[in-house]
Amino acid sequence: MSAENIIRIQAENVNFYYGRHKALKNINLDFYNNKVTSFIGPSGCGKSTFIRLLNKMNDLVADTKTEGNIWLDGENILHDKADAVKIRRKVGMVFQKPNPFAKTIFQNVSYGLEINGEKNKKIISDKVEESLKKAALWNEVKDRLADNALKLSGGQQQRLCIARCLAVEPEVILFDEPCASLDPISTNKIEELILELKKQYTIVIVTHNMQQAARVSDWTAFMYLGELIEFASTDKIFTVPKEKKTEEYLSGKFG
Amino acid sequence: MRNYKEKIIQILLTSLAFASLFFLIGIVFILVKESIPIISEINFLEFLFGKEWYPSRQPPQLGIFPLITASLLVTAGALSICIPLGVGAALYINELAGIKQKKILKPLIEILAGIPSIVYGFFGMLIAAPFIQKIFNIPTGLCALTASVMLGIMAIPTVTSISEDALSSVPKSFKEASYALGANRIQTLFKVIIPAAASGISTSIILGASRIVGETMTVLMVSGGAAVVAKSFFVPVRPMTSTIAAEMGEAAVGSPHYHALFAIGLILFLITLIFNAGAEHISKKYRIKLGLGR
Ligand SMILES: Nc1ncnc2c1ncn2[C@@H]1O[C@H](COP(=O)(O)OP(=O)(O)O)[C@@H](O)[C@H]1O
Ligand SMILES: [Mg+2]
Repeated sequence: MSAENIIRIQAENVNFYYGRHKALKNINLDFYNNKVTSFIGPSGCGKSTFIRLLNKMNDLVADTKTEGNIWLDGENILHDKADAVKIRRKVGMVFQKPNPFAKTIFQNVSYGLEINGEKNKKIISDKVEESLKKAALWNEVKDRLADNALKLSGGQQQRLCIARCLAVEPEVILFDEPCASLDPISTNKIEELILELKKQYTIVIVTHNMQQAARVSDWTAFMYLGELIEFASTDKIFTVPKEKKTEEYLSGKFG
Repeated sequence: MRNYKEKIIQILLTSLAFASLFFLIGIVFILVKESIPIISEINFLEFLFGKEWYPSRQPPQLGIFPLITASLLVTAGALSICIPLGVGAALYINELAGIKQKKILKPLIEILAGIPSIVYGFFGMLIAAPFIQKIFNIPTGLCALTASVMLGIMAIPTVTSISEDALSSVPKSFKEASYALGANRIQTLFKVIIPAAASGISTSIILGASRIVGETMTVLMVSGGAAVVAKSFFVPVRPMTSTIAAEMGEAAVGSPHYHALFAIGLILFLITLIFNAGAEHISKKYRIKLGLGR
């Protein structure tokens, strides 16, 4: 059997509330290993809220409630006792706005290793180099690793954030509109990178851009007002959507 | 008509601005002018490093070394109290306190900054001094330690308030990035939030120090007033500010003593100026570093 059918993450009957506002309504969804799954849908439909459940980032938001199960390697990560630190090391995240630390380029990447207790300088610097190479940034920064990361361009900063994430060796990577603030050339670089990374990682990407979803993803989930309206292979959803709402969204009738 | 009105307002505001500038320059000018004669009276080094401050002797002994050491000692003591407590309180308010607690604590601390220094002095004299005298079994509670404690407590609101501002202006995205990499709360606090707020925290400490150095009333009331070079925290001291306050009334205008007091004022002015300029410089660099604009 090909890797096609290996389910990596399984969401069951997931509901999520910000205070009284129900932001996710009974979401059921499977993520496949070494595939790219994209989330599309109009702003405010709950895409970020959903993927932030996958690495427990919503735990940081006060006054929220979660129901349902999300299974990752046999563990229900929504369970109160699930170890957030361990899960976040397994499920990395790249944010909408590039958010490198106000530290050097090197320190940005080494940070994750250091908090994991890695002290060996050689191991750290090898890992930093390897991660920067994987993020297709090494050639641009190899002579200026001691520069403040905030001096980099937006696109470079975002690739640095990807490198920083790769350094802790996650198995799943979440991208929340990673190109939203980038120019077309930088966007193109990130897309190529995602296609490269999928060989090794399971990838989830939120995007505002339907073409981007079509270009990079194997599976596409369309959300609307907190509901998962349709989930299918990207080919199918873009050519023969089953739901009327999906078709309207894809043809630009709203959004 | 409207144009005319605007002109008048503009002229009024401009002249007000220049008036305050004029007063400031005037004060500095007089401070300098009245300080300069001391140089012709006694050797400048003797003035700074002389260990005898007996202004009423004939001839007067005007060495301000005991006063400078008293100021330094009390400031160091006060800082060692207000830095841990002030920064600690800021960390608590920013990181641990819930939204409700924060809403109460932050304004409360800022109100504490408005307590007049005479109140601290009073409290120090009547409560802290006898207490300190008792625990350390010393002849008088009016000493460098009591002054340090009172000044330290007094500077806490300044340090806490500015440090907390610095901590809360650390972009939330830094925190998220750190947590998303699997960092725990302590790691995020010490490796990301505090370094990013470091310049703001330093600024708060410098401004606190500036307040401590310049504080007069409390010091006058609790420091004991002995103008001898202090060898410990347990003896009465006479810092620069309280010297001016206590002696200006009795110094004959134009006498060496009079000029010496002005010179002490000038030195204090320069110290606080350096502190404030330092704080301004650091916080500017910090805004640029965090990409928060100039
Ligand atoms: N921290 C928050 N507190 C309260 N409501 C929130 C918060 N974040 C998002 N929401 C609300 O939840 C809904 C889904 O938001 P989000 O997941 O960010 O949507 P998307 O990423 O699809 O644009 C929106 O109605 C939004 O207003
Ligand atoms: Mg979003």
